[in-house]
Amino acid sequence: MSKRAAAALVAGAMVAVLTACGSGGTGSAGKGSGHKLVVGFSQVGAESGWRTANTKSIQESAKKAGVELKFSDAQQKQENQIKAIRSFIQQKVDVIAFSPVVESGWDTVLKEAKDAHIPVILTDRSVDSKDESLYVSFLGSDFVEEGKKAGDWLVKEYASAAGPVNIVQLEGTTGSAPANDRKSGFADVVKADPKFKVVASQTGDFTRAKGKEVMQAFLKSQPKIDVLYAHNDDMALGAIQAIEEAGKKPGSDIKIVSVDGVKDAFTAMSQGKINYDVECNPLLGDQLMDLAKKVKAGEQVPRRIKTEEGTFTPDQATAALPNRQY
Amino acid sequence: MSTTPAADRAGAVKAVTRNRLFWPAAVLAVLLVANLAFTPDFFAVRLQGGHLYGSLIDILHFGAPLILVSLGMTLVIATGGIDLSVGSTVAIAGALACLHISESTDPGGLGTVLTALGIALGAAVLLGAVNGLLVARAGVQPIIATLILMVAGRGVAQLITDGQIITVTSDPYKLIGGGYWLTVPFAVLLAAAVVLAAVLLTRSTALGLLLESVGGNPVASRLVGIRATRLIALVYVFSALCAALAGLMVSSNVSAADGNNAGLWIELDAILAVVLGGTSLNGGRFSIGGTVLGALIIQTLATTVYTIGVPPETTLVFKAFVVIAVCLVQSPVFRAKLAARGSRVRRTTDRPYVAAPTDREVGA
Repeated sequence: MSKRAAAALVAGAMVAVLTACGSGGTGSAGKGSGHKLVVGFSQVGAESGWRTANTKSIQESAKKAGVELKFSDAQQKQENQIKAIRSFIQQKVDVIAFSPVVESGWDTVLKEAKDAHIPVILTDRSVDSKDESLYVSFLGSDFVEEGKKAGDWLVKEYASAAGPVNIVQLEGTTGSAPANDRKSGFADVVKADPKFKVVASQTGDFTRAKGKEVMQAFLKSQPKIDVLYAHNDDMALGAIQAIEEAGKKPGSDIKIVSVDGVKDAFTAMSQGKINYDVECNPLLGDQLMDLAKKVKAGEQVPRRIKTEEGTFTPDQATAALPNRQY
Repeated sequence: MSTTPAADRAGAVKAVTRNRLFWPAAVLAVLLVANLAFTPDFFAVRLQGGHLYGSLIDILHFGAPLILVSLGMTLVIATGGIDLSVGSTVAIAGALACLHISESTDPGGLGTVLTALGIALGAAVLLGAVNGLLVARAGVQPIIATLILMVAGRGVAQLITDGQIITVTSDPYKLIGGGYWLTVPFAVLLAAAVVLAAVLLTRSTALGLLLESVGGNPVASRLVGIRATRLIALVYVFSALCAALAGLMVSSNVSAADGNNAGLWIELDAILAVVLGGTSLNGGRFSIGGTVLGALIIQTLATTVYTIGVPPETTLVFKAFVVIAVCLVQSPVFRAKLAARGSRVRRTTDRPYVAAPTDREVGA
């Protein structure tokens, strides 16, 4: 009898504890969604050092800002990103952010997010959807602007020179947005003055090996090269080796302007081998977290936000080199 | 013998054009001469900073990794197989070597570099053995067996480099792909040595015959007692070793390992080089000399695109047309048809009273 009573008591106590746990659990979860912002982020992949720095920045900023980040790596496949976004919708995250692998094919999944009242932020790359209401904002670099900055420097550098100034260009992967935009932005600026002539332009696929190979051919086919404009630092670094092997001095015999601002390029700048570097900033984590908080709070945000990007002269690069993360 | 001198000459011409190396060599020569029209000093080679400098040297220098990969591919194709994993092996070898050098306390030391080479080549033997065992022992179709490593290997390379580009500063390592020895690029000498060794090994011994026999008719080869299993496994190991050497060259040339892009699509270039060189994809007879010429054609084509300034958007179309033309010129069937048409036209012009069909005139 007393045994049975004791058993009932224990059972009752257990139920009480369990319900207490349950209510405690829902209580804290409820509080969490009230205070702690949950962001689902789908990354393109880990295809480059730039991308890795981008991922790290977002993860660290989330931790710093007290945001719960659900991170998913798409390994450069659109179907993985669509799956990730659907799972974010099911988990009822507060904000979805992602860097689209490709530009098209997002309407269906973004519509699902919209129907679930989850705001979407694009980072780094855009989508070409006709329905503008599918995302609230696009945070990323302006590649045209980067090309223009490179051109502006060139115009200033050769302001007093008579010309002609022979330019060779190492383009990024043919058809990619950064390659197209950096080319057109640069061309817009330098075409104003007929003394600037792009005498040769070829793709170096954004890689060092190709950059070197193409530059070697340029050095032999072009009798006079004054300036090299590379769409990214890796190609510029490859080209520097080619220029040195040709017995010329990169940075003085041939001036070099490049885009990205990675650590290896800063090292080359500190040795005077690159004259000017336009930054393409992967560290957009802080801006993204700010944006996510504003969106969640219902504030109006601009549709297009440019990442904070600078330009570097060799002196500035030398100074920034010790703290460069990527 | 009552042959006229003219017939003698015709016979000699025929003997030359019948040589399997004639057509690839002719195509290469045409490509080089075409370059001369755009760049007058294309053939000029001078000494610059204690080493040879010129477009021809560039073609050999950048062609060296492709020659090595194609060499391995030739032997694999001779056995009736194919190795799609060479591009990934290129990336893995470069990544392993650069990782070891960058993490060592003495990156410029000869010991460090030799260890790095050992690690890279050792890994290649392992990768090749996996391919070989899958194909020869497990009986997996070569295209599938090597596809596994082609896809997974790129991931392995990225894992090794952590998605970053590893930059190394090491003079002994730089020698392999970017250095010079006796004024000649070391990579060219290395590739030449490997090619020479492969030629001696396959042509001065029965090895080449055995490979051709396994590729030509596996069943008959087995019945006459050739140990095909071991032979096939060996060619995949050799192919992986060649690819690893190429990977060392590529990464050493730019002093950096790029897991994402090193050797990307080189397997396709290598297969193309083998085909341009006149080796059949069905297996059997193979020609190492032809493959070397094929690889040089591909590299010359790349250099041509840069020097004559083909716009990047049309580069691939340009290359495709050249490759189609080369393949057609090399095809005996196509040449026979062309010759037949040519002789028919000639015959009709011999007899002026027969009006030549106009459509044929247009076609010719």
